Parts: sequence; structure tokens; C-alpha cells
Amino acid sequence: VRVALFIACFNDTFFPDTGRATVEVLERAGCTVDFPEEQTCCGQLHINTGYPREAARLARIQLRALAGAEAIVTPSASCAATMREHYPGLVGESPPVHELCSFLVDVLGVEDVGARFPHSVAYHPTCHSLRTLRIGDAPLRLLGNVRDIELIELPDAETCCGFGGTFSVKNPDTSTAMLADKIRRIGETGAEVCTAVDNSCLMHIGGGISRLRAGVRTMHLAEILAARG
Amino acid sequence: MSFPNAAAIALRDTQLRHNLARATGTIRARRAAVVAEVDDWEAQRDEAARIKDSALLDLDRQLERLERTVSAAGGCVHWARDAAEANATVVKLAADAGGGEVIKVKSMVTEEIGLNSALAAVGITAHETDLAELIVQLGEDRPSHILVPAIHRNRTEIRDLFEAKLGESELSTEPSALTATARRYLRERFLRVGVGVSGANFAVAETGTICVVESEGNGRMCTTLPHTLITVMGIEKVIPRLTDLGTMLPILARSSTGERMNPYTSLWTGVVPGDGPQAFHLVLLDNGRTDVLADRLGRQALRCIRCSACLNVCPVYERTGGHAYESTYPGPIGAILAPQLSGMREHNSLPGASTLCGACYDVCPVKIEIPSILVHLRSRVVDAGKAPRGERSAMRALARILSSRHSYEAAQRAARLGSLTPAQRLVAPLSAWTASRDLPAAPPQTFRRWWREHRA
Repeated sequence: VRVALFIACFNDTFFPDTGRATVEVLERAGCTVDFPEEQTCCGQLHINTGYPREAARLARIQLRALAGAEAIVTPSASCAATMREHYPGLVGESPPVHELCSFLVDVLGVEDVGARFPHSVAYHPTCHSLRTLRIGDAPLRLLGNVRDIELIELPDAETCCGFGGTFSVKNPDTSTAMLADKIRRIGETGAEVCTAVDNSCLMHIGGGISRLRAGVRTMHLAEILAARG
Repeated sequence: MSFPNAAAIALRDTQLRHNLARATGTIRARRAAVVAEVDDWEAQRDEAARIKDSALLDLDRQLERLERTVSAAGGCVHWARDAAEANATVVKLAADAGGGEVIKVKSMVTEEIGLNSALAAVGITAHETDLAELIVQLGEDRPSHILVPAIHRNRTEIRDLFEAKLGESELSTEPSALTATARRYLRERFLRVGVGVSGANFAVAETGTICVVESEGNGRMCTTLPHTLITVMGIEKVIPRLTDLGTMLPILARSSTGERMNPYTSLWTGVVPGDGPQAFHLVLLDNGRTDVLADRLGRQALRCIRCSACLNVCPVYERTGGHAYESTYPGPIGAILAPQLSGMREHNSLPGASTLCGACYDVCPVKIEIPSILVHLRSRVVDAGKAPRGERSAMRALARILSSRHSYEAAQRAARLGSLTPAQRLVAPLSAWTASRDLPAAPPQTFRRWWREHRA
């Protein structure tokens, strides 16, 4: 299967390890990965902040960059959700984009990518993966097949972490209150690692954990799937 | 005050945080349990949304039909363009009926128009008879939830309030004892006062029947005991047929209180000689609603049946409470309704009071796409020139940078050299992030650089 990787500007700039892990996992699952280099940003920030015209311009650029790809895979559920949910209204079409885990499980039928990760892990289902893309338990199926992993259920897992893009800086107090509760729940699990399918949420959660010196690390799920332990 | 500032104050109230977390958690669990019992819940949501839309997209004719059927049954219909007109109508009707007092069924719309103050201004006392509304009224407080107006108060606070305001002493904090106290206080008023004021959950165009649902029985007292009954309803409350209630009533009960059916459902049609109120007035209120109807997406907000399920699941509401919204309608529905009802002149920070997490849409019994409408209203705020200073030019500049691979890669190089990315610099002061969160350091190599060196 030939796939085009949409890395997401955020991952490209701040979390390149997630991108490398995504390529590794896709190749292990038998895919040939292209990276169309004209891609930039899906426009999510502009849409969600109230700038649809600017977002439409960015959407058209991504559609052009990704044109011809039969399947587009991204390690960012919120960018995939943006393309699926908002592109039809903005520019009249939506590309065949998939979030990584849901592509592996629901499209390829792959639930074991041969990973080994000997650590305890709590999985936070991000809002866009859960309630927009509705990828269900695809991430948990993949994690369940990782060797030597100890999966610990996160209480109130489906509650938003409080990031919300510009919400995190326009409503910093409320965002922090939500984050405090999320970090408390993560702490209750005693897990070494908190994982998710969106680095934006993880940057928020991880930024809070780091500030508190709470002794847990955040890691994108693709990096766990790429790990050989 | 803008939502972020009002929320910052509310968030410091630790008692409020505990009261809300406990109360919303309880209602959430109850709702989830009774919704899980229903096999065709999704089909019921579709049907409820369809019923509301069928009335809203035909609103002029449905309302005129309602006027005809109510009048034919002996009621009197009044049209009110805005809050001032509605208040003037009710004030005049109550004054003409005499007595200087009215008893009230819990109603959001009379809160919206500020009816109690309008009545007080001419010397008419309004008695709230819903227990929670009574708590709010006695405490000279404001409601903070659509269904549970005193959700921000716990039992101990209510006990203290009753002791201070109702002349009670050594009251226990048991709900039954508190309710009995309120009941003694209210019964005397039910029997004495000759004018009742209510809102409406539904009004049936086909028959002229008004429907009010409640849990305490106080509403039925107010709609049956007085000689005069005045109902104020937003024009979006009309539904076409009596049989539509078969869908709307159970979906409302399950969504709001987490019950299979609410304890009291009152239906009345005009006036029946010798039985109940002998004068019935229906005030149809616009107050911005036809403007909301003009917005293709935003009009979905008029489907709302005030169940408050969206408040109970909202992670923002659960932490800030309702007062921070500074509008009659708080929570996710308030964030889309309040600015629209004001013609986008007020409440401009409310569309931003959400992470767009989507929990509200998932529980909405009439499938209002709240996250999409929030996003839409954010753009209307921008178009109205009400965005924060400098945001528009910053967002445009950022879009230009992201519009070509060339300028995007140049910005990435700048970020790696330690300067902030434009996005970080432009949308808010950096301190808004770093006050509570560390920022990750930019890595030495971007993904695309690695790809070019190793894979391309």
C-alpha cells in the first residue's frame, strides 16, 4: 500500500521523532511512504480561531500538495479531523485522510506492529480522535499487542485535557484547571508514560507535568509502536 | 467582564468547584444510565431534531396557527418583539388582575427578560416557587444552571440561608427537612396569590396546548390555583402536533434529570369554565430569535429544549460554573445562544469558552452541532471587528507564512534558532502558556529536514 504522510506542522517542527516513528511503523505494516514536501499546515488553528478565509487558502494548498494520494496518513487526529470535518465546508472536498492508528487497524487490519515497550502506560483518548474521527479502541488494540507493556486504565479518560488550541492561551485559567484534573488522574494510575494520538494535547499535558516535576513523561503513541525495547 | 476573566475569579472558589464536580458528576451518571436503556436513542435524537426543525423552518405559519388555536380555546395571545415589550405586557396584565403579587413556575425566559425586576418596579412581588429558584431568590443570587439554578450551593449553604431568611432555627441539612421548610413557606402563597406566571416547555400549534414539565408539583399549583395565568414563551418553543410530545417529553426527561419521565407534566388548552384559571394569556417573545433563525447554521440553537445535558458534560462549565458566562443561558448552549440572541453585540468571548471537545454534541437530544456553531460564531465575532487587538493581522501574517513551503521552512529555521514561532508570538502573550506549563525546546532537526537527508 502506498501512503502519503501528512506530518502536521506541529509535529514537523517540534516533534520530529513522532514523524520518524510513524514512517517506521507504516513501513513495518507493509506500506510505502511518500512525504509530499509542499505540505505545510492544515489550517486548523485558523478555522478554530475564526478565520475561515485564511483556513480555506491553507486547505487548498494541502489538497494540492496531497493530490493523487490514494491514502493519506497522519499522526495527528485533530488535523485529520479538520480535513474530514471542515474541508468540505471550506473548499468543497475532503482528502482521503486517516489517523495513524485507525489506518493500521481499520484499513490495513493490522493490530500488531511488532513493538516492545517494557513500561507502564496510561492512554488518554484525545477529543478529536474520540468524538470527531470516532476511532474507537484502535489505539488500545495496537497498544494491547505491544510486548511487555503494562497498560493502566486512566480514570475519566474521555474528559478533555483542556488544551483546545488557542483556548489554552485565551482561557489560560480554565485550561489550567482542566489540566490539573487530568494530571491528577494520570498520577493516580502510577504509569511511567502518558500516551495519546495528538502531540498538541501531549505538549499541554507534558508541559504541565514538567512544570510540576511530576515524574511522568508524555510520548506519542506512534513512538511506542515504533519501539523495539 | 469577559469570560476568561470571570472564569479566573470563579475558578478560585474551591467550594464551588467541589459542589459542581459532585452535582454534575451525579447527573451525568444518571443520564448515562437511562439513555443506555434505550435501544433506538440515536433514532429518537434524529426524530426530536426533525420535529423542532419542522416547526422552526415554518415558524411564521406555526405561530399564527398557535395564535388561532389558543384564541379559539379562550386564551388571549400577545406578541412581544423584545424584553421590554414582554415585560410591559406582563406588568399590565398582572396589575389589572390585582393583588400586587404573582407566583412563578421556574422559567428561563422570564429570567432572560428580567421580569421579576420589571414587576418589582411597579410594586408587584414575584414569588419563585421552584425550590432551587426560591434558594436563588432568597439569596439575592443569580441562577447558574438551566435546570438546577442553585447547583452552586450545597446543603449546608441552603440550610444557613433558610435559617437567615425564613426565620427557621436549628434546621437539619437533610434534603427532606429543607424541602419541608420550603413547602410550608410556599403553600401559603399558592393558596393566597391570584396570578400565576409560567414559561413553556412546548406549545402545540395544532391544539393550542401549552406544556410545562417539572419535578416538584409547584408548577402545577401555579398553573391551576390562580384565577389568572400568564405564560411567557420564546417563539421557538412551538411544535406542530400534539403527538410530537410523544417524542419530545421522554427525550427531555432522560437528557435533563436522568429520569424515564419527569414527575409532573402539565398540559392546558385555553380556559375551561369553572376549572382552573379563568383568564389565560400567552405572551410570544421574539427578543432576537428571528435574527438567530436567519443564520443557517446558528439557527440550530433554537432547537434547544433546555435539558442542560450539555452543561453537565462540559469540562469548562464543570470548573467555572454558570455565573462566569454572565448570561441567562450558561454552558455550551449559552455560549452559542447568548451572543446570537444579542445580535452578536454582547457575549463575544463566549464562543471562545470551549475547547471544542465535542462532549456537548454527543449528549444533545436535538443534535445541535454546538462545536461547529462555536467555530462559526468565532468567525462572526472576527467579522464584527470584535476579535482581540492585533489578532486579525497576526492570523493573516501567519497564514501567509504557512502558504508556501518556502516561508514555512524559513520560519522553522527561526524557531530552531531560539526565536518563537510566529504562531506562539502572535496569538497571545507567551506568559499565557508558561504561567502553568513548560514549553518543549525546539529539536535540532525538523522532520522534513531528516526526510530530505535520509529518505528523499
